[in-house]
Amino acid sequence: MLKVRDLSVAFRTEQGMVHAVDDVSFDVGEGELLGVVGESGSGKTVSLLAVMGLITDPNAVITGSIQYRGRELVGLKPREMRALRGKEIAMIFQDPMTALTPVYTIGWQIAEQVLAHEKISKAAAWQRTIDLLAEVNIPNPRETVHRYPHQLSGGMRQRVVIAMALSCNPALLVADEPTTALDVTVQAQILDLLRKLRKNHGSAIVFITHDMGVMAEIADRMLVMYAGRVVERGKKEELFLQPLHPYTRALLDSIPPLTGKKPKRLRAIPGAPPNLLNRPPGCAFAPRCIERFEKCSAEPALGYGMHTAACFRVSS
Amino acid sequence: MIFALLQRIAQMLFVMFGISVLVFLIFFATPGTDPAARIAGRNASPEVLEAVRRSFGFDQPMYVQYLTMMKKIFITGDLTSFVNRGWKVVPAVMDTIPVTLSLVFGAAILWVVFALIIGIVAAATRGSWVDKTLMMLGLIGISMPVYWLGEVMNLLSQNRYHDTWIFSWVPPLGYKNFSDDPKGWFLTLVIPWITLSILYIGLYGRVLRAAIVESLQEDYIRTARAKGLSETRILLRHALRTSLVAFVTLFGLDFGALVGGSALLTEVVFGLQGLGKLTYDALLNLDLPIIMTTVLYASFFVVMANAVVDLLYMLLDPRVRTA
Repeated sequence: MLKVRDLSVAFRTEQGMVHAVDDVSFDVGEGELLGVVGESGSGKTVSLLAVMGLITDPNAVITGSIQYRGRELVGLKPREMRALRGKEIAMIFQDPMTALTPVYTIGWQIAEQVLAHEKISKAAAWQRTIDLLAEVNIPNPRETVHRYPHQLSGGMRQRVVIAMALSCNPALLVADEPTTALDVTVQAQILDLLRKLRKNHGSAIVFITHDMGVMAEIADRMLVMYAGRVVERGKKEELFLQPLHPYTRALLDSIPPLTGKKPKRLRAIPGAPPNLLNRPPGCAFAPRCIERFEKCSAEPALGYGMHTAACFRVSS
Repeated sequence: MIFALLQRIAQMLFVMFGISVLVFLIFFATPGTDPAARIAGRNASPEVLEAVRRSFGFDQPMYVQYLTMMKKIFITGDLTSFVNRGWKVVPAVMDTIPVTLSLVFGAAILWVVFALIIGIVAAATRGSWVDKTLMMLGLIGISMPVYWLGEVMNLLSQNRYHDTWIFSWVPPLGYKNFSDDPKGWFLTLVIPWITLSILYIGLYGRVLRAAIVESLQEDYIRTARAKGLSETRILLRHALRTSLVAFVTLFGLDFGALVGGSALLTEVVFGLQGLGKLTYDALLNLDLPIIMTTVLYASFFVVMANAVVDLLYMLLDPRVRTA
């Protein structure tokens, strides 16, 4: 349903162009949960904000193609994009503490979205809001609907944000690190909730995270990003059991194993991601890679298969 | 909410009490001076001095003096000016209040309306020539001294162009009572309103624009965009609403100060017998009872305006209600 081809997002700055996202391509199938992992600054959030049409910076240059159910979203008129946003494609944000407007009740804010997209009465929108709050397991939805964001805990607020995203039954849900700002126990509840909602609503989900553990729990397919590019993609099981790219392997090595002997120290990846302002030629990960060889001074391309990585070690 | 309201009112009364004590002490307990001599004015005869001593109870303990003073101002209202020979101070102050209130209220309506328009339009078109022009005009408005602007307004409307169609409607300087002549009241005040409000339009427009532009960077604005709301709705319902706190804070302070006598320059330029003008005249001939009453009145107004601002906060920001 979502086809992203050669998407690039660059920002003009005083020092030059920053290529935050570089030639990224991926697909999302109906009802599928695609996980996008990568460290901070790898371009995962920016590429999905581009899908949402939420990059408002006048210095951003977006090229490539984003097709949603056959419709091209790059260069779509703001009015048409607005009709899609919130209705067909909805987004859940990372920090529930700041994602809600502080001066309105949560019920008002959810109903506002419903009323923006559907021609229904205020009473019907309000009833839908209460049902949604009940669906995301908020206790006493009839009373909570009148609460202000600051009166709710972080977990509750994230449920409100999720209820808001689901309010118009979107076909595609973009979740940008929805559990990162929450405690571990609340994280687990939110993940359970997302799983349940996915079953009930059948929405496809793009789930951005830097937490491999979260990915292992819920993803169908995964995309690993590094320095603005996709370095590996494949089914979750393949990616966890047979990681191809040295970066994916290094990421997995940095998680403590659940079974077997625990290593004395976890392996960290040495060095830091490259400066996107003047990216060195060749493979962006090469300077930190323990398996690099002569060929790495050229730019590796992602293969076409279901499970593929942008690395010369794989193709050779 | 009700409790917070009552608490705020109690606080306000307490602050007013504190101010009245402080003002009293400054005027009557400053060491080394004789308050009776100051109240009686320059070159007062011994009989007058004696009358002042008796009437203010200066031979009695301090707290009795304070109570006598407060009784004269707030209960019997028979505080008398000795400099102006028997002029009753409280009615004199009361007479100026409608003038000052008319001036400041009208100007406040103008400046709030125009500052809202300028702030919103500039924020909506931020970075464009419209925004830059408005901000520049705002800066010019802030930079013009009100006495100079008032004189220029008078020169144009009373003198140079008074006989042309533009300003032929402008009545001569002075104040007309609303109850006697509503049309005259309005016409005499139009030019003073504009003069007084221009500074505040510029200032508030710029402040509001900055606050809106800042709240447009907030996460919840991105959420509002993700909801598919129109830019107008995002601006007015989400960004503006959260920006009003700074606006209301400034408004409370300025409004309180202006009603308390800071509109002096405008009042003098346009010949309006307001509170500022009364204080100014009293200062010129050291009329202590009048100075004290106007100082008290002015500080009470600032305190009341601040209390109203706090109540407005409660309406604007739900986070303050429970705090």
